Amino acid sequence: MGWIGETVDSIKSIKIRQLLTQAITLGMIVTSALIIWKALMCVTGTESPVVVVLSGSMEPGFKRGDILFLHMTKEPIRAGEIVVFNVDGRDIPIVHRAIKVHERENTGHVDVLTKGDNNDVDDIGLYADGQFWLHRHHIMGRAVGFLPYVGWVTIIMSEKPIIKYILIGALGLLVITSKD
Amino acid sequence: MHSFGYRANALLTFSVTALAFICAIASFSDKFSNQNPSAEIQILNINRLKKQSYGNDEVSLTLDISADLQSLFTWNTKQVFAFVAAEYESPMNSLNQVSLWDVIIPDKEHAKFRIQTSNKYRFIDQGHNLRGKEFNLTLHWHVMPKTGKMLADKIVMPGYSLPDAYK
Repeated sequence: MGWIGETVDSIKSIKIRQLLTQAITLGMIVTSALIIWKALMCVTGTESPVVVVLSGSMEPGFKRGDILFLHMTKEPIRAGEIVVFNVDGRDIPIVHRAIKVHERENTGHVDVLTKGDNNDVDDIGLYADGQFWLHRHHIMGRAVGFLPYVGWVTIIMSEKPIIKYILIGALGLLVITSKD
Repeated sequence: MHSFGYRANALLTFSVTALAFICAIASFSDKFSNQNPSAEIQILNINRLKKQSYGNDEVSLTLDISADLQSLFTWNTKQVFAFVAAEYESPMNSLNQVSLWDVIIPDKEHAKFRIQTSNKYRFIDQGHNLRGKEFNLTLHWHVMPKTGKMLADKIVMPGYSLPDAYK
Protein backbone atom coordinates (compact mmCIF):
# COMPACT_ATOMS: atom_id res chain seq x y z
CA MET A 1 0.00 0.00 0.00
CA GLY A 2 2.92 2.34 0.71
CA TRP A 3 4.22 1.67 -2.81
CA ILE A 4 0.98 2.93 -4.36
CA GLY A 5 1.18 6.08 -2.22
CA GLU A 6 4.75 6.69 -3.36
CA THR A 7 3.77 6.24 -7.02
CA VAL A 8 0.89 8.71 -6.75
CA ASP A 9 3.20 11.22 -5.01
CA SER A 10 5.88 10.97 -7.66
CA ILE A 11 3.28 11.43 -10.43
CA LYS A 12 2.00 14.58 -8.69
CA SER A 13 5.50 16.00 -8.33
CA ILE A 14 6.51 15.81 -11.99
CA LYS A 15 7.68 19.07 -13.43
CA ILE A 16 6.87 20.04 -17.00
CA ARG A 17 10.48 20.46 -18.12
CA GLN A 18 11.45 17.07 -16.72
CA LEU A 19 8.47 15.48 -18.47
CA LEU A 20 9.39 17.05 -21.79
CA THR A 21 13.01 15.89 -21.45
CA GLN A 22 11.85 12.37 -20.79
CA ALA A 23 9.46 12.50 -23.73
CA ILE A 24 12.24 13.65 -26.05
CA THR A 25 14.60 10.94 -24.77
CA LEU A 26 11.94 8.35 -25.47
CA GLY A 27 11.39 9.81 -28.93
CA MET A 28 15.14 9.62 -29.61
CA ILE A 29 15.25 5.96 -28.61
CA VAL A 30 12.30 5.06 -30.82
CA THR A 31 13.76 7.01 -33.75
CA SER A 32 17.17 5.34 -33.42
CA ALA A 33 15.50 1.95 -33.44
CA LEU A 34 13.64 2.92 -36.61
CA ILE A 35 16.87 4.15 -38.25
CA ILE A 36 18.61 0.87 -37.45
CA TRP A 37 15.67 -1.10 -38.86
CA LYS A 38 15.60 0.89 -42.11
CA ALA A 39 19.38 0.57 -42.46
CA LEU A 40 19.04 -3.20 -42.05
CA MET A 41 16.43 -3.20 -44.80
CA CYS A 42 18.88 -1.42 -47.10
CA VAL A 43 21.81 -3.69 -46.31
CA THR A 44 19.93 -6.95 -46.69
CA GLY A 45 17.89 -5.87 -49.70
CA THR A 46 14.61 -7.11 -48.32
CA GLU A 47 11.55 -5.53 -46.76
CA SER A 48 11.77 -7.59 -43.62
CA PRO A 49 15.30 -8.60 -42.71
CA VAL A 50 14.10 -10.78 -39.84
CA VAL A 51 11.10 -13.13 -39.85
CA VAL A 52 9.64 -15.46 -37.26
CA VAL A 53 8.85 -19.07 -38.22
CA LEU A 54 5.13 -19.60 -37.60
CA SER A 55 4.46 -23.19 -38.67
CA GLY A 56 6.06 -26.60 -38.33
CA SER A 57 6.40 -27.20 -42.05
CA MET A 58 10.19 -26.97 -42.01
CA GLU A 59 10.82 -29.17 -38.99
CA PRO A 60 13.12 -30.47 -37.68
CA GLY A 61 15.30 -27.72 -39.11
CA PHE A 62 13.15 -24.72 -38.19
CA LYS A 63 10.65 -24.93 -35.40
CA ARG A 64 7.85 -22.54 -34.58
CA GLY A 65 9.33 -19.58 -32.73
CA ASP A 66 12.74 -19.52 -34.41
CA ILE A 67 13.86 -16.42 -36.21
CA LEU A 68 15.44 -16.27 -39.64
CA PHE A 69 17.75 -13.62 -41.06
CA LEU A 70 16.99 -12.85 -44.67
CA HIS A 71 19.09 -11.51 -47.49
CA MET A 72 18.16 -10.75 -51.07
CA THR A 73 20.54 -10.25 -53.98
CA LYS A 74 20.09 -9.96 -57.71
CA GLU A 75 21.43 -13.52 -58.09
CA PRO A 76 18.74 -15.81 -59.47
CA ILE A 77 17.03 -18.27 -57.16
CA ARG A 78 18.54 -21.76 -57.23
CA ALA A 79 17.19 -25.13 -56.10
CA GLY A 80 17.73 -25.89 -52.43
CA GLU A 81 17.61 -22.30 -51.25
CA ILE A 82 15.21 -21.56 -48.42
CA VAL A 83 13.02 -18.71 -49.58
CA VAL A 84 10.43 -16.58 -47.85
CA PHE A 85 7.54 -15.65 -50.08
CA ASN A 86 4.11 -14.05 -50.09
CA VAL A 87 1.24 -15.51 -52.05
CA ASP A 88 -0.95 -12.91 -53.83
CA GLY A 89 -3.79 -11.97 -51.58
CA ARG A 90 -2.31 -13.35 -48.35
CA ASP A 91 -0.07 -11.39 -46.03
CA ILE A 92 1.48 -14.15 -43.97
CA PRO A 93 4.91 -14.96 -45.43
CA ILE A 94 5.79 -18.63 -45.91
CA VAL A 95 9.25 -20.10 -45.42
CA HIS A 96 9.90 -23.13 -47.64
CA ARG A 97 12.62 -24.61 -49.83
CA ALA A 98 12.84 -24.26 -53.63
CA ILE A 99 12.77 -27.72 -55.19
CA LYS A 100 12.33 -26.88 -58.87
CA VAL A 101 13.78 -23.94 -60.79
CA HIS A 102 13.37 -23.09 -64.47
CA GLU A 103 15.28 -20.04 -65.67
CA ARG A 104 14.46 -18.47 -69.03
CA GLU A 105 17.15 -17.82 -71.58
CA ASN A 106 17.74 -14.09 -72.14
CA THR A 107 15.25 -12.55 -69.74
CA GLY A 108 16.52 -14.35 -66.65
CA HIS A 109 12.93 -14.78 -65.48
CA VAL A 110 12.61 -17.77 -63.12
CA ASP A 111 9.78 -20.15 -62.33
CA VAL A 112 10.16 -21.65 -58.86
CA LEU A 113 8.29 -24.45 -57.12
CA THR A 114 8.65 -24.74 -53.34
CA LYS A 115 7.96 -27.35 -50.70
CA GLY A 116 8.25 -27.47 -46.93
CA ASP A 117 10.78 -30.04 -45.71
CA ASN A 118 8.22 -31.55 -43.35
CA ASN A 119 5.36 -31.58 -45.87
CA ASP A 120 4.57 -34.53 -48.12
CA VAL A 121 3.43 -32.48 -51.09
CA ASP A 122 4.77 -29.41 -52.81
CA ASP A 123 3.23 -25.97 -52.39
CA ILE A 124 0.98 -25.89 -55.47
CA GLY A 125 -1.99 -26.03 -53.09
CA LEU A 126 -0.77 -22.87 -51.33
CA TYR A 127 -0.37 -20.75 -54.44
CA ALA A 128 -3.24 -18.69 -55.83
CA ASP A 129 -5.77 -20.40 -58.12
CA GLY A 130 -4.29 -21.07 -61.51
CA GLN A 131 -0.77 -20.27 -60.32
CA PHE A 132 1.77 -23.08 -60.78
CA TRP A 133 5.05 -21.26 -60.16
CA LEU A 134 6.48 -18.55 -57.95
CA HIS A 135 8.22 -15.63 -59.58
CA ARG A 136 10.86 -13.19 -58.45
CA HIS A 137 8.37 -10.62 -57.20
CA HIS A 138 6.71 -13.09 -54.83
CA ILE A 139 9.97 -13.80 -53.03
CA MET A 140 11.00 -11.54 -50.16
CA GLY A 141 14.40 -13.04 -49.46
CA ARG A 142 16.56 -16.07 -48.86
CA ALA A 143 17.19 -17.35 -45.34
CA VAL A 144 20.90 -17.09 -44.55
CA GLY A 145 21.04 -17.34 -40.76
CA PHE A 146 18.99 -18.51 -37.87
CA LEU A 147 18.49 -18.14 -34.12
CA PRO A 148 16.37 -20.58 -32.13
CA TYR A 149 13.53 -19.69 -29.72
CA VAL A 150 13.94 -15.89 -29.88
CA GLY A 151 10.79 -15.46 -31.98
CA TRP A 152 8.45 -16.72 -29.25
CA VAL A 153 8.24 -13.18 -27.85
CA THR A 154 6.68 -11.99 -31.13
CA ILE A 155 4.35 -14.95 -31.39
CA ILE A 156 3.07 -14.50 -27.84
CA MET A 157 2.57 -10.78 -28.36
CA SER A 158 0.58 -11.23 -31.55
CA GLU A 159 -1.53 -14.14 -30.35
CA LYS A 160 -2.37 -12.70 -26.96
CA PRO A 161 -2.43 -8.93 -27.52
CA ILE A 162 -3.30 -8.36 -23.87
CA ILE A 163 0.32 -9.17 -23.01
CA LYS A 164 1.49 -6.44 -25.40
CA TYR A 165 -0.72 -3.88 -23.65
CA ILE A 166 0.43 -4.99 -20.20
CA LEU A 167 4.07 -4.71 -21.27
CA ILE A 168 3.68 -1.25 -22.80
CA GLY A 169 1.63 -0.09 -19.81
CA ALA A 170 4.29 -1.29 -17.38
CA LEU A 171 7.07 0.34 -19.41
CA GLY A 172 5.12 3.60 -19.51
CA LEU A 173 4.63 3.52 -15.77
CA LEU A 174 8.33 2.83 -15.24
CA VAL A 175 9.32 5.78 -17.42
CA ILE A 176 6.96 8.18 -15.66
CA THR A 177 7.85 7.19 -12.13
CA SER A 178 11.63 6.92 -12.51
CA LYS A 179 13.41 9.51 -10.43
CA ASP A 180 15.86 10.68 -13.10
CA MET B 1 20.84 2.92 -8.39
CA HIS B 2 20.46 -0.23 -6.41
CA SER B 3 16.76 -0.89 -6.72
CA PHE B 4 15.40 -4.20 -7.91
CA GLY B 5 14.35 -2.66 -11.22
CA TYR B 6 17.83 -1.42 -12.10
CA ARG B 7 19.46 -4.67 -11.13
CA ALA B 8 16.97 -6.75 -13.11
CA ASN B 9 17.49 -4.50 -16.14
CA ALA B 10 21.28 -4.71 -15.95
CA LEU B 11 21.14 -8.49 -15.55
CA LEU B 12 18.82 -8.90 -18.50
CA THR B 13 20.88 -6.68 -20.79
CA PHE B 14 24.08 -8.43 -19.86
CA SER B 15 22.69 -11.93 -20.33
CA VAL B 16 21.18 -11.10 -23.73
CA THR B 17 24.46 -9.57 -24.91
CA ALA B 18 26.45 -12.55 -23.63
CA LEU B 19 24.08 -15.01 -25.34
CA ALA B 20 24.28 -13.14 -28.62
CA PHE B 21 28.08 -13.14 -28.39
CA ILE B 22 28.18 -16.90 -27.72
CA CYS B 23 25.89 -17.60 -30.68
CA ALA B 24 28.11 -15.50 -32.95
CA ILE B 25 31.24 -17.35 -31.82
CA ALA B 26 29.55 -20.73 -32.27
CA SER B 27 28.67 -19.78 -35.82
CA PHE B 28 32.16 -18.42 -36.48
CA SER B 29 33.75 -21.68 -35.33
CA ASP B 30 32.12 -23.40 -38.31
CA LYS B 31 34.61 -21.62 -40.58
CA PHE B 32 37.45 -23.73 -39.22
CA SER B 33 35.99 -27.14 -39.94
CA ASN B 34 37.66 -29.22 -42.62
CA GLN B 35 35.09 -30.52 -45.04
CA ASN B 36 35.57 -33.20 -47.66
CA PRO B 37 32.31 -34.86 -48.61
CA SER B 38 32.06 -37.38 -51.42
CA ALA B 39 29.26 -38.87 -53.48
CA GLU B 40 28.50 -41.13 -56.38
CA ILE B 41 25.27 -41.58 -58.29
CA GLN B 42 24.36 -44.23 -60.81
CA ILE B 43 21.21 -44.47 -62.84
CA LEU B 44 20.01 -48.03 -62.46
CA ASN B 45 17.13 -47.77 -64.87
CA ILE B 46 15.07 -45.29 -66.84
CA ASN B 47 11.60 -46.59 -66.10
CA ARG B 48 9.46 -44.33 -68.31
CA LEU B 49 9.99 -41.39 -70.62
CA LYS B 50 6.64 -40.15 -71.81
CA LYS B 51 4.76 -37.12 -72.98
CA GLN B 52 1.99 -35.99 -70.67
CA SER B 53 -1.42 -35.03 -71.94
CA TYR B 54 -0.49 -31.33 -71.39
CA GLY B 55 2.47 -31.71 -73.72
CA ASN B 56 5.27 -31.79 -71.13
CA ASP B 57 7.80 -34.61 -71.00
CA GLU B 58 8.04 -36.68 -67.87
CA VAL B 59 10.75 -39.13 -66.79
CA SER B 60 10.70 -41.76 -64.11
CA LEU B 61 14.03 -43.28 -63.12
CA THR B 62 15.67 -45.41 -60.46
CA LEU B 63 18.87 -44.14 -58.88
CA ASP B 64 21.63 -45.66 -56.80
CA ILE B 65 22.98 -42.89 -54.57
CA SER B 66 25.93 -43.33 -52.25
CA ALA B 67 27.48 -40.50 -50.28
CA ASP B 68 29.71 -39.75 -47.33
CA LEU B 69 28.77 -36.42 -45.74
CA GLN B 70 30.19 -37.14 -42.30
CA SER B 71 32.83 -34.41 -42.48
CA LEU B 72 30.13 -31.75 -42.74
CA PHE B 73 28.98 -32.27 -39.15
CA THR B 74 30.43 -29.96 -36.50
CA TRP B 75 29.39 -29.46 -32.90
CA ASN B 76 27.18 -26.57 -34.13
CA THR B 77 25.30 -28.65 -36.71
CA LYS B 78 21.64 -29.43 -36.19
CA GLN B 79 20.99 -31.30 -39.41
CA VAL B 80 22.12 -31.55 -43.02
CA PHE B 81 19.52 -31.39 -45.77
CA ALA B 82 20.79 -33.19 -48.86
CA PHE B 83 19.09 -33.51 -52.22
CA VAL B 84 19.83 -34.76 -55.72
CA ALA B 85 18.79 -32.49 -58.59
CA ALA B 86 18.84 -33.11 -62.32
CA GLU B 87 20.21 -30.03 -64.09
CA TYR B 88 20.00 -29.42 -67.82
CA GLU B 89 19.44 -26.82 -70.52
CA SER B 90 16.60 -26.56 -72.94
CA PRO B 91 15.89 -24.22 -75.89
CA MET B 92 13.53 -22.06 -73.83
CA ASN B 93 15.40 -22.21 -70.51
CA SER B 94 19.07 -21.54 -69.85
CA LEU B 95 18.85 -23.63 -66.67
CA ASN B 96 16.43 -26.20 -65.32
CA GLN B 97 16.90 -27.69 -61.89
CA VAL B 98 14.53 -30.45 -60.81
CA SER B 99 14.90 -32.02 -57.39
CA LEU B 100 14.55 -35.80 -57.65
CA TRP B 101 15.15 -36.97 -54.12
CA ASP B 102 15.99 -35.47 -50.75
CA VAL B 103 16.81 -36.54 -47.22
CA ILE B 104 17.22 -34.93 -43.83
CA ILE B 105 20.34 -36.19 -42.06
CA PRO B 106 19.99 -35.61 -38.33
CA ASP B 107 23.45 -36.73 -37.17
CA LYS B 108 26.85 -37.96 -38.19
CA GLU B 109 25.98 -41.66 -38.00
CA HIS B 110 23.35 -41.30 -40.73
CA ALA B 111 25.59 -39.21 -42.96
CA LYS B 112 27.26 -42.11 -44.73
CA PHE B 113 24.69 -43.96 -46.74
CA ARG B 114 23.81 -45.84 -49.88
CA ILE B 115 20.28 -45.97 -51.17
CA GLN B 116 18.49 -47.26 -54.22
CA THR B 117 15.29 -45.43 -54.96
CA SER B 118 13.05 -44.20 -57.70
CA ASN B 119 12.65 -40.45 -57.92
CA LYS B 120 10.69 -38.99 -55.03
CA TYR B 121 9.54 -35.95 -56.98
CA ARG B 122 8.28 -35.96 -60.55
CA PHE B 123 10.81 -35.05 -63.18
CA ILE B 124 8.73 -32.92 -65.54
CA ASP B 125 10.08 -30.60 -68.21
CA GLN B 126 8.59 -27.27 -69.32
CA GLY B 127 8.03 -28.52 -72.84
CA HIS B 128 9.06 -31.70 -74.62
CA ASN B 129 12.84 -31.48 -74.69
CA LEU B 130 13.89 -34.57 -72.80
CA ARG B 131 14.47 -37.10 -75.56
CA GLY B 132 18.20 -37.74 -75.85
CA LYS B 133 18.84 -34.98 -73.29
CA GLU B 134 22.19 -34.88 -71.51
CA PHE B 135 22.03 -33.74 -67.93
CA ASN B 136 24.04 -33.41 -64.72
CA LEU B 137 23.06 -34.99 -61.44
CA THR B 138 24.12 -32.71 -58.64
CA LEU B 139 24.16 -33.63 -54.98
CA HIS B 140 23.44 -30.43 -53.00
CA TRP B 141 23.66 -30.11 -49.25
CA HIS B 142 22.51 -27.42 -46.86
CA VAL B 143 24.01 -27.45 -43.39
CA MET B 144 21.54 -26.07 -40.85
CA PRO B 145 23.34 -24.96 -37.68
CA LYS B 146 22.13 -24.99 -34.11
CA THR B 147 22.60 -21.24 -34.31
CA GLY B 148 24.00 -18.85 -36.91
CA LYS B 149 24.89 -18.85 -40.57
CA MET B 150 23.71 -21.61 -42.90
CA LEU B 151 26.11 -23.13 -45.42
CA ALA B 152 25.40 -24.76 -48.73
CA ASP B 153 27.51 -26.45 -51.38
CA LYS B 154 27.28 -29.16 -54.02
CA ILE B 155 29.03 -31.84 -56.07
CA VAL B 156 28.23 -31.79 -59.78
CA MET B 157 28.31 -35.10 -61.62
CA PRO B 158 27.95 -34.64 -65.36
CA GLY B 159 27.49 -37.13 -68.12
CA TYR B 160 24.06 -38.69 -67.70
CA SER B 161 21.60 -38.92 -70.57
CA LEU B 162 18.08 -39.93 -71.42
CA PRO B 163 16.98 -42.27 -74.21
CA ASP B 164 16.32 -40.87 -77.67
CA ALA B 165 12.74 -42.08 -77.91
CA TYR B 166 9.71 -42.26 -75.66
CA LYS B 167 9.31 -45.52 -73.80
